[in-house]
Amino acid sequence: MHEITMTVNGVPRTASAEARRLLSDFLRHDLGLTGTHVGCEHGVCGCCTVLLDGEPVRSCLMFAVTAAGHELTTVEGLGDAGGMSPVQRAFQECHGLQCGFCTPGFLCTVTAFLRENPRPGDDEVIEAVSGNLCRCTGYQNILKAVHRAAVLIAEEDAQ
Amino acid sequence: MSTALFGEPIARREDPRLITGQGRYLDDLGGGALEAAFVRSPHAHARITDIDVGGALEIEGLVAIYTWEDLPGRVGEPLPLLIPHPALTHGRTAYPLARDVVRHVGEPVVMVVARDRYLAEDAAERIRVTYEPLPPVVGIEDAARAERLVHDDVPGNAGAHLVQEVGDAPGAIASAPHVLEFRLDIERSASMPLEGRGVYARWDADDESLRVYSSTQTSTSVRMAIAAKLGLPPVKVEVIAPDVGGGFGVKIVHPWPEEVLVPWAARLLDREIKWTEDRREHFVSAAHERAQVHFVRVGFDDEGRLLGLDVRIQHDHGAYTPYGIIVPIITSTQLLGPYKPGAYRVEFTSLYTNTVIVTPYRGAGRPQGVFCMERTMDRIADELGIDRTAVRAANFVQPGEFPYDQGLVFQDGRPLIYDSGDYPEMLRRTKELIGWDEFGDRRAEAERQGRRIGIGLACYVEGTGVGPYEGGHVEIDSGGRVHVSTGLTSQGQGHQTVFAQITASELGVPIEDVTVTTGDTRRFAYAVGTFASRAAVMSGNAIALACRKVREKALRIAGEALEADPRDLEIVDGVVRVKGDAGSSIPLRTVAVLSNPLRYAFDEETRRATQFAVGGSADTPPLTGEPGLEGEDYYSPVRSTFACGMHAAIVETDPDTAEVCILRYTVLHDCGRLINPRIVEGQIHGGVAQGVGGALYERMVYDEAGQLLNASFMDFLMPYATEVPAIETGHMETPSPLNPLGIKGAGEAGVIPVSAVIAAAIEDAEGIRVSRMPISPSELFHLRLEAESGAAELTNRARSHPAPLRRAAGEAGVRE
Ligand code: FES
Ligand code: FES
Repeated sequence: MHEITMTVNGVPRTASAEARRLLSDFLRHDLGLTGTHVGCEHGVCGCCTVLLDGEPVRSCLMFAVTAAGHELTTVEGLGDAGGMSPVQRAFQECHGLQCGFCTPGFLCTVTAFLRENPRPGDDEVIEAVSGNLCRCTGYQNILKAVHRAAVLIAEEDAQ
Repeated sequence: MSTALFGEPIARREDPRLITGQGRYLDDLGGGALEAAFVRSPHAHARITDIDVGGALEIEGLVAIYTWEDLPGRVGEPLPLLIPHPALTHGRTAYPLARDVVRHVGEPVVMVVARDRYLAEDAAERIRVTYEPLPPVVGIEDAARAERLVHDDVPGNAGAHLVQEVGDAPGAIASAPHVLEFRLDIERSASMPLEGRGVYARWDADDESLRVYSSTQTSTSVRMAIAAKLGLPPVKVEVIAPDVGGGFGVKIVHPWPEEVLVPWAARLLDREIKWTEDRREHFVSAAHERAQVHFVRVGFDDEGRLLGLDVRIQHDHGAYTPYGIIVPIITSTQLLGPYKPGAYRVEFTSLYTNTVIVTPYRGAGRPQGVFCMERTMDRIADELGIDRTAVRAANFVQPGEFPYDQGLVFQDGRPLIYDSGDYPEMLRRTKELIGWDEFGDRRAEAERQGRRIGIGLACYVEGTGVGPYEGGHVEIDSGGRVHVSTGLTSQGQGHQTVFAQITASELGVPIEDVTVTTGDTRRFAYAVGTFASRAAVMSGNAIALACRKVREKALRIAGEALEADPRDLEIVDGVVRVKGDAGSSIPLRTVAVLSNPLRYAFDEETRRATQFAVGGSADTPPLTGEPGLEGEDYYSPVRSTFACGMHAAIVETDPDTAEVCILRYTVLHDCGRLINPRIVEGQIHGGVAQGVGGALYERMVYDEAGQLLNASFMDFLMPYATEVPAIETGHMETPSPLNPLGIKGAGEAGVIPVSAVIAAAIEDAEGIRVSRMPISPSELFHLRLEAESGAAELTNRARSHPAPLRRAAGEAGVRE
């Protein structure tokens, strides 16, 4: 067992876990942050995507011990005291989710993407989410939501 | 906010929770529970000769290991055969844990319970099961040859055989001026929700009651099944479907072995136990669908009118038949689509194979049926050299012919009678939407550029909202909050939104005051389940009817309080008022207080309902009817309501790589009155994406030994955003005359015609007959080679049409 400490959504968190404990399980079951989902546990679906030092990573492909000392953001930490983040709001506005199981992974992926590329074109948006599976929405409204989020972020920055 | 919300594209009310990580899916529950893992068969067909658990015993944290021999009484009996159709003469179901023989890879053999899943898997890995392999039966042809049997006591591997006939099809075909005969194949795919199955059970020893959470499409029926298996009165069993991460059919099957075993062990050990399916388990031990072979014979006249249609179907139902033969029954009946078939004969044989069980996946046999009928329409058009849409138009049921009786028995045992629709108008609009009549120019232009494009179209009719019934309960509390519950479950369809829209519109209350609970047997114990595009039709109407009861009661009580005739009252924004007299009103929350005559006052509100506060006659009892401003009602339709739609696509095929690119995809559909157009559109999008997967990418690849070779997301190719084209949608609204709200189901529609459309468009682009789906670039490439060598058939159009249509494989595309 290892004492593992990491900063999750701005708060230092510690729990003990075996070396083989996946980061996804650590977040979900040791820290109780069940917003991060597990759809395949082999790195393909993207449901488990979280931000590690701001970069999207698949938490099912990483051991919790490896993430020790790093800054993590999960879906629970995307919004702030003011409420949902622009990306989150855009997903609701555009009906970018149905069952919601894939959604946390998309939200983390898109949050990082729009930070890098605040004014993406259509192809860039498709490319950006092309590593995340969704079985419900057919992606149409997810793509719309990404564009909408870019607009919301720009509006927020302008204020 | 307006209360006239029915039909508005409002944003979903479940989203804020799901978007912020506050959803509660199965594996989010039961933090401290023990966890289960299963040892599953690595063989497709084998006899178990020994199970040695010795090696597992030293695993620290191990709590229990169970094999079939440990299962008492009904727990150890075969799982129920849920839909015992009389034609299913040789139905067989599995034991919850294999007894003696395993019949597919993934069948559970040993259950392990440990402190957590890691430890449970450690223990499972050390359990040694000795098998004596038996020869497996894999694939429809192998099953039909019946040289080997899946079940010793099922001759010919045939579980069921069913013939339905209207008129004399063989005779009509024999005397028809034109006859065609061909074979069509569809391969296996699967629902594949991103959340797998899962069960979490806790036993309350003091209360002798059981609470079970399951990621299911039918919590009420899981409850009855568990109660029966464990010998508990149903009132001592609660089953709750929490947030469910997609279902698409696979989660309607119940009880899964795990749904029996986990609650059983939880009670036995008096500990909370949870099992969360992993992805590989989902591939090899949940359910698949789609695999069918169809032999079609059709006779028609010079206009392409069907005179006789004879279809023989071989259906692969896997190793067991817990869900009966619903899929081939639906194919047999829904194959007819919007057409009048002349005489029709359909016969299917449902076959056992040593593979995962087959149960409905979104569309449930309809994609295969539509593939059959629409490929037939295209063949007829090609044979006669007339436009493909003209053949369809020649065969449509006409708007004046409803209700139209197809003369068959549908999946619910009721006659197949179409309630409403306007197919000619739908075809006209579909052609307009895709630009059917202008396509010739577009093709010519593309050909000049050395590009190969094709267009296809397909029509479907979908029986939705099958019975027997659903119910709804509506209660307005003394705070003015409206609590709605229905027994059927949700898997992401937006029920919390659409049922709230119906309620707000029916009652005249702000939607913010409405909360909806689904799939929780504590709130509503009677339900059938979520499948067959039935939730909106069934529960939607039941809730509307319950609302009407509550409304009537509210008006009666308000009428007494306001000394007004209930017929002169209306409810606006949660307030009952006299029409045209805004001063004379009473809020629903006060009506709720008055509806429950009290002896005891516990706050200001309830003080108004005590015996001394309410007046009334001393000669009548204080309570009329039942207390509480609540009502319950049920909706039970005489038969299904039939939605319809037409999809069209333009595809481009790469002359070199044989890659298929969908350039345009249009959907026109009619599901009656729309409760929330945005949600309906989302359902269509999701369905089309699954359809594209089924047409171009997804298949279950079994080898001869019965090993599923692509049991991971790495190898089973579901579409990402890059694979799904932009989907252009249009709606028509032909209300259903069968239900109070005039609605028809929409959940499955999107997926149904996609394989037929894509096959038609590829065939049109290539000039080579496409009779087998899905089709990968490598298959299309080989089809080209076969066409070259004469082994694959060209269309007549291609034969009479010179290059570039017939440009052979390997010949480089000329790009000008
Ligand atoms: S769960 Fe991590 S990528 Fe699928
Ligand atoms: S919303 Fe269900 S998987 Fe994406």
